[in-house]
Amino acid sequence: MNTSIIEARPDFAAIAAWIPQGSSVLDLGCGDGSLLRHLRETREVRGYGVEINDQNIAACIANNVNVIQTDLESGLADFENASFDYVILSQTLQATRHTEALMKEIVRVGREGIVSFPNFGYWKNRMQVMLGNMPVSAEIPYQWYDTPNVHLCTLDDFENLCAHLGIRILGRHVMANGNDVLVMPNLRGSTAVYRFKRAD
Amino acid sequence: MDTSVGIVTAQSAYFEKPLTFKSGAVLPRYELVYETYGTLNAGKSNAILICHALSGHHHVAGYYANDTKNIGWWDNMVGPGKPIDTNKFFVIGLNNLGGCHGSTGPSSIDPLTGKPYGASFPVITVEDWVESQARLADHLGIAQFAVVLGGSLGGMQAMQWALSYPDRVQHVLAIASAPHLTAQNIAFNDVARSAILTDPDFHNGDFYQHGVVPTRGLRLARMLGHITYLSDDAMADKFGRELRSGKLNFSYEIEFQIESYLRYQGDKFAAYFDANTYLLMTKALDYFDPARGLDGDLNRAFAAARAKFLVVSFSTDWRFSPGRSREIVHALLHNKRDVSYAEIASQHGHDSFLMDDEQYFAVMRNYLNNVAAEVSL
Repeated sequence: MNTSIIEARPDFAAIAAWIPQGSSVLDLGCGDGSLLRHLRETREVRGYGVEINDQNIAACIANNVNVIQTDLESGLADFENASFDYVILSQTLQATRHTEALMKEIVRVGREGIVSFPNFGYWKNRMQVMLGNMPVSAEIPYQWYDTPNVHLCTLDDFENLCAHLGIRILGRHVMANGNDVLVMPNLRGSTAVYRFKRAD
Repeated sequence: MDTSVGIVTAQSAYFEKPLTFKSGAVLPRYELVYETYGTLNAGKSNAILICHALSGHHHVAGYYANDTKNIGWWDNMVGPGKPIDTNKFFVIGLNNLGGCHGSTGPSSIDPLTGKPYGASFPVITVEDWVESQARLADHLGIAQFAVVLGGSLGGMQAMQWALSYPDRVQHVLAIASAPHLTAQNIAFNDVARSAILTDPDFHNGDFYQHGVVPTRGLRLARMLGHITYLSDDAMADKFGRELRSGKLNFSYEIEFQIESYLRYQGDKFAAYFDANTYLLMTKALDYFDPARGLDGDLNRAFAAARAKFLVVSFSTDWRFSPGRSREIVHALLHNKRDVSYAEIASQHGHDSFLMDDEQYFAVMRNYLNNVAAEVSL
C-alpha cells in the first residue's frame, strides 16, 4: 500500500527522501493522511496533519494519523514556534489565498519547510497558453472556471518569493513524468519540491 | 437490522471504603449504579467508560425487560455495529456519585440519620467523580481503560482521567467539552441555581422531609439550560415565531410554540430530576479547571496526560464552542501528545453531541475501529 502511495505521487517520494528517521512533521493540507502514514511506517515520523475537508478528516483518523481540522488560511495559531522539524505543504500552495502569510507561518512553526507545487512555467503549460488556452494537465487538472488554484507560479516566481520573505532555499527537486529534471528546470519540470528555512 | 444491545440490567456496586472529596468532606460509604454492554476480553483491555453529562445516567444503551420504551440516552452511538461497537468493546455507563438515578446522592437515605442526605451531601468535583469511577474500575477488575469518553461535562471527566490516572487510560475522547467554563457559562449556571435556591419549596435542600419538590425552580433551571443547548438557527428552524392558536391572545399564557416547547421540557425534567443533584452537577461544571493553581496554564496542566486524544466540537455549539475545544487541542499539541480534532458542521448547538450526524459518526467509528484493532493485538 505504501509503495503505491509513493508511486502515485512522485513529489511524496521526493519529500520523504528529505525527512530523516524519527523527525517531527506537520503536514498542511494533508488530504487523507497517506503521506504521514507512510512517513510513520517507514521512518517512525511523529506527525500531525492539518485539513479542512470533512471526508479527509475521517480518512486521516481511519489511517491512524493525527489530524487537526482547521483552515490553513487563518494561519497556524495552534502551533508554536519551531515546534516541528519539518512543515510540509504538498500540492496545496497554488490553492492558498494568503500564500505569502502561509509561507511565513511555515518557517515560523517548522525548523525547515518543504513545499511541492506544479510548475506553471513547464513548457507544455507555456505551449497551451501560446496556443490560446489556459493549461490543463495531470498536475493542473482543472478548467479555468472550476480551478481551486488561485496562485499558480513558476519555479522562478517561487524563488523570488522566498528571497522577498528572507527564506533560504536548502534544496530543490524538479521532476517531469516521474523523472528528475536537472537541465532548464523552469522550462522542463512539471513539478517542483523545495526545502527551505528562515534565513536568519 | 436490529443494532440495539437489547435488554439490559442495571447493577450496583457498594463501596465501604470512605471517599474523601476535594472539599475535604468524607463520604463513609456509597453505592454506584452502572450498566455494561458487550464482553470484557480475556486481557481486560477492551473496556470503555462512558461519563455522562449534567442530566445523564447509567442507562446509556438498550432497554429494560419491564420497560421496553425506556431506551438508553446514547443508544444511537452505542450498540453492535455502532460507532461505540459493543461487539468489540466492553462498555460501562454509570450514574455519577451525587446523581439521582440510583447512585448515592442527595436524595438517597443517609444511613447515619435515616433521612435523605439533602443539603448535607458534599459538593462534588470532577476529580471526585474520577476517583469514584476508578474504584468502580477496580471493582470490575479493569486496570486500564482502552477509552474514557464523554460529551460536555462527561468530556471533562474523560480529560480528568488522563490527568488523575495517566496510566489507566489509553484514549480520551472529549466531545463538545471545554478546559473550564467561561464567566458567561458560570453565569448561566448561577441563574439556574438561583431559580432552585429561591424556590420556597426548596427548604435549603431538605425539601424531602417536607413532602414537596422545588418544581418551579427546577423547571426554570431546565428551561434556561435548554435555551443554551440549542442554537439560534435550530430554534428558528424548529419553532420560528409560530403561534399555537394561530393568533395573538394578548395574555401571558403560552402563545408561541417555543414557549410551549420549553415549558414542556421544563415540566418533564422537573418531574423526575432531583433539585440537589442539579445544583451539584452545575457546581462540578463551574469548578472544573485543571489549570487552576498552575497560573491558569493549561499547557502545564496537560503535561501529566499520556493518553491519545480525540477532541470533537460542533460548529453551532455556543455553550461549549469550538474555540474552547481548540484550547484543549493547543495544550495537547504543546505537550506533543497524540491528538486529532474534528469540528463537526451541525445545526443543533450543544445538543449535537447526542444527535445522529454522518460526519460525527464517521469520525467516532474510524477512531474507535483503530482502538479496537490495538486492543485485540
